[in-house]
Amino acid sequence: MTTATIAGKEITLDDEGFMTEYDEWSEALGEVLASQIGIEMTDAHWEAVRFLRKDFLEQGVTPTLRRVSTVGGIPIKELFGLFPKKPAKKMAYIAGLPKPAGCV
Amino acid sequence: MTTLDTTTTTIPNFGDENTTDRKIAFVLSKGNLDMAYPGLIMANGALGEGIEVHLFFTFWGMDIINTKTMGKLKFTILGNPATHMPQGLGGVPGMTAMATRQMKKQIADLDVPEVPEFLQLLVDSGAHLWACKMSVDMMGLDPEDLFDGVDDVINVTEFMELSEDAQIVFI
Repeated sequence: MTTATIAGKEITLDDEGFMTEYDEWSEALGEVLASQIGIEMTDAHWEAVRFLRKDFLEQGVTPTLRRVSTVGGIPIKELFGLFPKKPAKKMAYIAGLPKPAGCV
Repeated sequence: MTTLDTTTTTIPNFGDENTTDRKIAFVLSKGNLDMAYPGLIMANGALGEGIEVHLFFTFWGMDIINTKTMGKLKFTILGNPATHMPQGLGGVPGMTAMATRQMKKQIADLDVPEVPEFLQLLVDSGAHLWACKMSVDMMGLDPEDLFDGVDDVINVTEFMELSEDAQIVFI
């Protein structure tokens, strides 16, 4: 665990750099996290990230890519387009959540 | 606890800078329910990691992409000591159907899709599916019988060409 200051706010990170405290996140912070990995947030990006936040709150775990598609209603192809190469991990990072633990 | 400033913040490595793109080819040669899933699940995991994925279906693995059989793959306790059930039980009529139902339920409980939907998930995630020409010929299959997401029917030479530099997993 380390703490870092991003956009003037102190946040807690795990060893890989994923945020560990749900309540330390804000959309402004998400925007900065996204830009750090080369993603410029659009409405479509936010739809996915907001679903992740909401689903995590309800389920207690980060949703897998398939769940974002089946429950969140965003097609898999679109997710790969929005968050290239590693959509599940990138979405989780921007949403300030742990990496998804599920396999599918 | 260490306090860092923004310039030295840890950012996860998403591999975007990697110049060598990893590539994996899975060979699926079995048509049992319990031999189909490992390949599909690993392929899905690889796609989620941004890895180029190819699946080559051959011999009994054709059942996974044959639209007539893909939704009816079975699991049997016969010849599978890992079930820890008396093998004689496997021969009892209805036992394979029961074992299949049980396994399908366990898989569904984990929110993992059935085979046809799983293949679509892989295709949507960018996987390439290939059918083995010899198996198609041997089993008298019409390419029309194959799952829509199959890229093409190819021979072994073509598979070797497209899997050059790939890691190959044979199941």
